[in-house]
Amino acid sequence: MANTAIELPPKGGFSFDLCRRNEMLAKKGVQSPSFRKTGTTIVGLVFQDGVILGADTRATEGPIVCDKNCEKIHYMAPNIYCCGAGTAADTEAVTDMVSSQLELHRYATGRESRVVTALTLLKSHLYSYQGHVSAALVLGGVDCTGPHLHTIYPHGSTDTLPFATMGSGSLAAMAMFESRYREGMTREEGIKLVCQAICSGIFNDLGSGSNVDVCVITKGQKEYLRNYELPNPRTYVSSKGYSFAKGHTEVLSTKITPLKEHVKIIEGDAMEE
Amino acid sequence: MLAAAQKDEKKDQALKNLVGHPQTGRDCPFTLLNSPISHTQYPYVTGTSVLGIKYKDGVLLASDMGGSYGSTLRYKSVQRLKPIGKHTLLGAGGEISDFQEIVRYLDELILYDNMWDDGNSLGPKEVHNYLNRLMYNRRNKFNPLWNTLVLGGVKNGQKYLGTVNMIGVHYEENHVATGFGNHLARPIFRDEWHEDMTFEEGVKLLEKCMLVLLYRDRSAVNKLQIAKITEEGATISEPYAIKTHWELEAFKNPATGAVGSW
Repeated sequence: MANTAIELPPKGGFSFDLCRRNEMLAKKGVQSPSFRKTGTTIVGLVFQDGVILGADTRATEGPIVCDKNCEKIHYMAPNIYCCGAGTAADTEAVTDMVSSQLELHRYATGRESRVVTALTLLKSHLYSYQGHVSAALVLGGVDCTGPHLHTIYPHGSTDTLPFATMGSGSLAAMAMFESRYREGMTREEGIKLVCQAICSGIFNDLGSGSNVDVCVITKGQKEYLRNYELPNPRTYVSSKGYSFAKGHTEVLSTKITPLKEHVKIIEGDAMEE
Repeated sequence: MLAAAQKDEKKDQALKNLVGHPQTGRDCPFTLLNSPISHTQYPYVTGTSVLGIKYKDGVLLASDMGGSYGSTLRYKSVQRLKPIGKHTLLGAGGEISDFQEIVRYLDELILYDNMWDDGNSLGPKEVHNYLNRLMYNRRNKFNPLWNTLVLGGVKNGQKYLGTVNMIGVHYEENHVATGFGNHLARPIFRDEWHEDMTFEEGVKLLEKCMLVLLYRDRSAVNKLQIAKITEEGATISEPYAIKTHWELEAFKNPATGAVGSW
């Protein structure tokens, strides 16, 4: 009558039950679906009034660009934004999740969210998944304790830095930062340096490309500048564009089908009866 | 039936022995598995990046003086820039012993050239071609010289800067970099190099890139040499160090805002 063991619900984390099956399928030649990565350049820097975040806009699926203009700067709180590199699904899911948690926390405490709160929530989540959640993040914001900028690695370690880069284009962007960063830059200088760093990633790294997104966060104010710079415009053959006048295309045949009513509309109360 | 099954097994075995297979972890291709000869396929003492740019009067090369033994910085006075003949400078990253062998080959080449005593001398283009043949030939014998070479020179007013690597890939450019320099220095070169830089501008650009490499390349040392080659000849500077900047306010107490993080 009694069961041999009580089925306990899984305690969370990953279950590796299907790995043997996947290995067997791979041996038989079944190709597993590839995941969309944001081979990326993301940067952040601290300037005199706050934090500036920057990102490119290319999302890749292996060697193919699957999204030419994706958004890599994610909203966390009105005063905190987070750039994400790595697997697109992981970065979006993890930032959405922590953003919701922060909002609930704001309602519970009645105060503006702090950057360290977002940092701790993200790092403990990523650590508990032991690096399998492939999200490398640049988290920046301004709260009551001042401007903060952090990097978070997929395994859960964090750094607190005045300037940071992540993603496949991080070396190209870091070369720009290391040679040009100064403390206490103005807003214009900061945005210019962030653009230079992202453009360096766009033009020197194959995993990054298209446009530059910038987000400026200062005390009490944030500006999300989507597509701040478009260094890869499309060049059309004809500067006047294309026009298709009537008569250019030959009409072979015409068939007109009037739409027939299938539903009879009855006047009166629908809820009667 | 049995023979077919055995054949399949052999095929599976062969496939398993593919290069770079994560489980068997072989570092040599399966064609050489049962061969009596095998050559070392990994470097021991390595030099890191070499940078080169063309400027108004000729070519400038820069490299540091470190020789790493795996993750130990074993040698700190390795000269990785050498003049070759009257018209060329050679810089190398990668295995130091292979670099010394290449210099020996080139010294022999220059010696025979001088023995002709015909008023002609081998220019950078010729030396580059020789090195290219040398590296590619060794690669085809599965016994490469584990180096990436930068070759710069001036002959008859013509400036030349090129690179060859251990598999024989070679090209000429206005600015070249090896190793980590590819990722850290090339973006800066592409942005800031321009035609006809003066000597001071060129040195400043190279020092800027060497500083970034010093910050971000773990096998870099703060002891570098800059070599210049012009129509008059080659000069290699004395080793010197560049100034690093650690006084950023944010580095003084980085984790004040986030206790428990780095």
